[in-house]
Amino acid sequence: MQADDARGMIFRRKDLLGLADLSREEIQAILTTAASFKEISTRSIKKVPTLRGKTVITLFYEPSTRTRTSFEIAAKRLSADTVNLTVAASSAVKGETLIDTAKNLEAMAPDILVIRHASSGAPHLLAARLRSSVVNAGDGLHEHPTQGLLDMLTVWEAKGRLDGLKIAIVGDIAHSRVARSNIHGFRTMGSEVVVAGPQTMLPPYLADLGVRVTFSLSEAVADADVIMMLRLQLERQGQMFFSTLREYSRFFGLNPGHLKLAKPDALVMHPGPLNRGVEIAPEVADGLQSAILTQVTNGVAVRMAVLYLLSGGEVSGAAA
Amino acid sequence: MGLLLKGGLVVDPAQNLEETRDLLIVDGRIAQLAKAGTIPGEGHEVYDCTGLVVCPGFIDLHVHLREPGQEYKETIATGGRAAAAGGFTAVACMPNTQPVNDHATVTRFILERAAAAQQVRVYPVAAISQGSEGKILAEYGELQAAGAIALSDDGRPVSNAQLMRRALEYAHTFGLLVISHAEDLELAGHGVMHEGRVSLQLGLRGIPAAAETVAVFRDCELARLTGARLHIAHVSTAGAVEVIRWAKARGAAVTAETAPHYFSLTDEAVRGFNTNAKMNPPLRTAADVVAIKQGLADGTLDCIATDHAPHSVLEKELEFDQAANGIIGLETAVGLSLQLVAEGVLTLPQLVAKLSTNPAGILGVAGGTVREGGPADVTVLNLNQPWTVDVAQFRSKSRNSPFHGWQLSGRAVMTVVGGEVVYP
Repeated sequence: MQADDARGMIFRRKDLLGLADLSREEIQAILTTAASFKEISTRSIKKVPTLRGKTVITLFYEPSTRTRTSFEIAAKRLSADTVNLTVAASSAVKGETLIDTAKNLEAMAPDILVIRHASSGAPHLLAARLRSSVVNAGDGLHEHPTQGLLDMLTVWEAKGRLDGLKIAIVGDIAHSRVARSNIHGFRTMGSEVVVAGPQTMLPPYLADLGVRVTFSLSEAVADADVIMMLRLQLERQGQMFFSTLREYSRFFGLNPGHLKLAKPDALVMHPGPLNRGVEIAPEVADGLQSAILTQVTNGVAVRMAVLYLLSGGEVSGAAA
Repeated sequence: MGLLLKGGLVVDPAQNLEETRDLLIVDGRIAQLAKAGTIPGEGHEVYDCTGLVVCPGFIDLHVHLREPGQEYKETIATGGRAAAAGGFTAVACMPNTQPVNDHATVTRFILERAAAAQQVRVYPVAAISQGSEGKILAEYGELQAAGAIALSDDGRPVSNAQLMRRALEYAHTFGLLVISHAEDLELAGHGVMHEGRVSLQLGLRGIPAAAETVAVFRDCELARLTGARLHIAHVSTAGAVEVIRWAKARGAAVTAETAPHYFSLTDEAVRGFNTNAKMNPPLRTAADVVAIKQGLADGTLDCIATDHAPHSVLEKELEFDQAANGIIGLETAVGLSLQLVAEGVLTLPQLVAKLSTNPAGILGVAGGTVREGGPADVTVLNLNQPWTVDVAQFRSKSRNSPFHGWQLSGRAVMTVVGGEVVYP
C-alpha cells in the first residue's frame, strides 16, 4: 500500500491526454502500478473492489474493438460501473456538438470519461471544460497514450529496462497516433528510437522529436531490441502514399530475414489489427519473438492502472 | 461650422508630410491644412490633438462582413462599427457571402446596407467566377457598374490556371483589380494548420508553405503574361515574399498585402488546439515572420489588411479540424501594426502608407491622403496609450481573436469619415 501511495503522489493529474506531457517518474509510476495489477487478471475471480462506486463512461466516436473492450474489462476488474457509448459520427451528420454531449454525460456525474475521436485534440477540448477525468483513448493522428504505455510495459517486462534500448518503429508514422505516443514515451524513458518507412509516410521534422529517421527497414531493425510494426491503412494507397500492396510488403513488410539483423532476442510488436502478409509476414506475427498478444494482455493492466491513478489512488479495498 | 483638429502631428505619406499642423474639415472635405496654431477655432468644433497623430483614414482592403447570409456573425453595420473603432474609415468586403456577391443585385444590396449603417465606407469586392465555383466568369462589367471595385474568389481559390488567366484578362478589360487568394488546394490537402514541427506534434494535418508559394508564382506569371493588375491577399510565407519581390523586379503589375497575425504570431499559437489560432493561410514559423517583416520594410508587401473573419462559438468551440478558419482583426490591427514601428521595422509614415495611402492606390479609391480639397477621412492615433485587448469590449459581433489579453501600446482614438466622427 505504501508503494501505491507513493505512485499516487507522483501521478497527480486530472486527465491523461498524451505521453508528451508526462515525466519519466510519472510514466514509471503508471508502469509499476500496471505491473502490480497484472496478477488480478490471473485469478479465478478477476475482480477487486478498488473502484467500487466509481462510474467510467467510454465514449467512442471511432470504431474500436480492442481498446474499448480493454478499457471496459479494466474498469470492471476494479469494480467500477461502466457505460459504453459508441457514436456513429460522420462529419456529414449534424447533431449535438462534442461539448454538449460531454456536458450532458457529465450531468450524470461520471468519474472518468474515456474518449476516442477522429479529431486530434478532442479529448483536450473536453478536459478543459469538464470536472470529470478524461482519458484519451486515441485522438486523430495525435496520441494514443494507453497504447504507448502498454507497449512500454510489454518491453519493460521482457527486457527489464527501457533505458538504452533500441526501438524501431516502422510504417505509416505520419498517420499514426500510436507512433507519436511511443516516440514520446520511449524517448522520455531513455530508449533510442529509429523510425522507418517510405518518405511519404515520414512527416518533415520527425528528427526534432529526438528520433533517427531512415527509409530502409533493414537499417532500422539492425541491432534493434524491439521492432514495432504499424498497421498500414489500406485506403492510403488511393491517397498517393504508396504504390501497390505488393511493393509495400516487399520493401516495408517485416519478414524472417529482417529478424536476423536485429538482436537475437528482439521483440516483435504490432498495435493491431494486423494486415497479415502486408506489413508483417504471418510467420513473424506468430513466431517466438512476437509479443503481439502480450501487448493485448498488458493493455488491460495499463488501463486498470490509469483508471486507478486518475481516481486519486483512492482505495476502497485491497488493490493488489 | 467645421471640425478643427488642432495641433496634431500630421503624417501624410502622399504629401511627404510629417509635421505638426491644424486640420480643418468643412462639409465633408479637408478645407485647410495649415501651420499649427494658425486656424482660429471660432465657429468650429475643436479637438485638441496635441501629442496625437493625425493620418489619412485607414483603409482595410480585406474584410468579411458576413452580410448577406450570416448576420449572426457580423453585419455591415456591426462590422462598420468595429472598423471605425479600430481606426478604419473604409473597408473592402470579400464576396463569400450567402449568396455570393457574384451579381449586381448583391453588390447593390451591400452598398445600400452600408449607406444605411452610416459608418465607414464599404467597397464591395465581387466574385471572380459565378458562385465562386471556379468555372464561369462573373459579369465584371455589370458588377463594376453596380459599384464593385475589385474581384476575388477569396476563400475558394481559383484552381484552374486557364480560368485565372481569362479572369485577369477580362478584369483588365474593365480596369478591375483581381485579388488572389493564392493557394494550391491539392497541395494543401486536408491540412488545418501550417505543416511543421507543431503540426507533427499535435497530430494535425499540415498545409505546407509551398501550397502558397507555388500558387503565388502561378498568379504572378499570369499577371506578367496578361499585363493585368494582380493583388496577392494575405501573404504568410517567406517563399511568397521572395516570389513577389522577383515578379515586381520583372515589372509585373503585382501588389500584395499581409495581415497583422502573420507578423505577430507563429504556429506555436495553435498549441492547446486553440481554434482562435486557426485561419487560412495558417500561422507560419518564426522565419516566415522575419521574412514578412522584411517584405513590409522593403516594400515588397504594399499594405496591411486584416482578413477580418468573424465566426461565432458555433464555428469555433469545436474540435480543431472541424472549426472554421479565420479571426477578427479590425479592432486589433492598428495596435499590432504599431508594434512594427516600435520594433523599428517601419517608420511611422511607412506604416501609414501601408494602412492608408497604398490601399487607396491599389483599390483606386479616394482617400489615402489629407490633401486640401480631398474627402475628410481621418484617423487620429495616440501612440502612447497602453491598452489591453478585451474581446468583450469589441464592437464586432464576434469574439474570435487570438489576441485577447494582449497588452498593446497605441491605438486609434478618433475616426472621421466624410467629416463625420464615427468613433468614438
